[in-house]
Amino acid sequence: MALVFAGLCGHGPGFTGRAELADPEPRDALYAGFERLRLALEDAKPDALVVVAAEHFANFFMDNMPAFAIGMADSYEGPIEDPDWLKIEPTSVPGNKDLSRRIVSAVMQDVDVAYAEEWKFDHGIAVPLHFLTPRYDLPVVPANINCQGPPLPPLHRCWAFGEALRRVIDAVPERIALLGTGGISHWPATPDSGKINEAWDREFLERVLNHRRDELLAYTDEDVYRDAGQGGFEMRTYVAVAGATQGAEGELWFYEPIPVFAVGATIAAMNLG
Amino acid sequence: MSLYYVQKLLYQLNRDPHVRKRYDSELDELLTEYDLTAEEIQAIKALDLGLLYVIGVNGQILMHFSALHGIAWPDYIEALRQGLKKYGPVREGVYAETGYQGIAAHDEALRARRAATSQGKT
Repeated sequence: MALVFAGLCGHGPGFTGRAELADPEPRDALYAGFERLRLALEDAKPDALVVVAAEHFANFFMDNMPAFAIGMADSYEGPIEDPDWLKIEPTSVPGNKDLSRRIVSAVMQDVDVAYAEEWKFDHGIAVPLHFLTPRYDLPVVPANINCQGPPLPPLHRCWAFGEALRRVIDAVPERIALLGTGGISHWPATPDSGKINEAWDREFLERVLNHRRDELLAYTDEDVYRDAGQGGFEMRTYVAVAGATQGAEGELWFYEPIPVFAVGATIAAMNLG
Repeated sequence: MSLYYVQKLLYQLNRDPHVRKRYDSELDELLTEYDLTAEEIQAIKALDLGLLYVIGVNGQILMHFSALHGIAWPDYIEALRQGLKKYGPVREGVYAETGYQGIAAHDEALRARRAATSQGKT
């Protein structure tokens, strides 16, 4: 059918877990941004949501780390985090194994992708779903890019992953929504948690939203580590979505550094026309 | 390879209820199944988050391990700071201290900027 929605957002565990510690003004504006994105997703009437995420050792570890992986199950469990800490109750999220199989098979034509018939969500997917599909009634196809355990997939492969996803999304009969979720510059889970390089984030988002491929692919891991921290490696999810939405006009709906959430909280969408 | 096994244990603990059960009921036996140094065993048994951080455990794994024990976010961050003071810089892995003004000062600066922007609009 077609790609009917493409969005980008952060997934900080603080968005839900540390809400009471945040400055109310930017926090509530972030929540309003998520609500706008939820309504846009709902209006698009998708049959499934492909989430390009950057999981944090909930499923994949350095014993067998896939550069790219796609879930292939009829349901997924999560989040793995303590519910009192994340403030999201563990639940079951519907998947679509048949759709996943078709996506995996097609993506494999261009990018070597692992598949997983078992997948536990962590905050990387659970937080966006909490805001965007709070009834957990939309089948999800989780896709992961290794953004945590170097060596990491190079950016040109992430772009190619996005392009491969788009090709199959355009070919399947279902209406597909696409969401990329990651932090941009951040130093999460460290004593520097809260540090945010706003100028770097804004420049990066400009490149993503305008699909400036060459400038996006010009970042090196050394640049990113220096300027955007180890958390900045999650930029890969945005690069993939940019690769999947070439020709669409991107729009930044919300960006604001929220230190206790450890990120410049971001909400953006691609106008697919 | 020892850091690898510390992280592997914590990774499995964070995601697998069966490993969690064994962690609660037969920790010593569980620890023998991983190639760990005496220091690493001590850090795990004492829930010394600061030492685990300095050893090089990835913060994403450590954060989930901390959450598993119901440790509040500010206490988790403080434990890492104390670890750096007590044990020195991070020895291995991707995490290093880069310097940061702290959340309170950062929030204050952002509030002042918002106020200035808002004043400029009126």
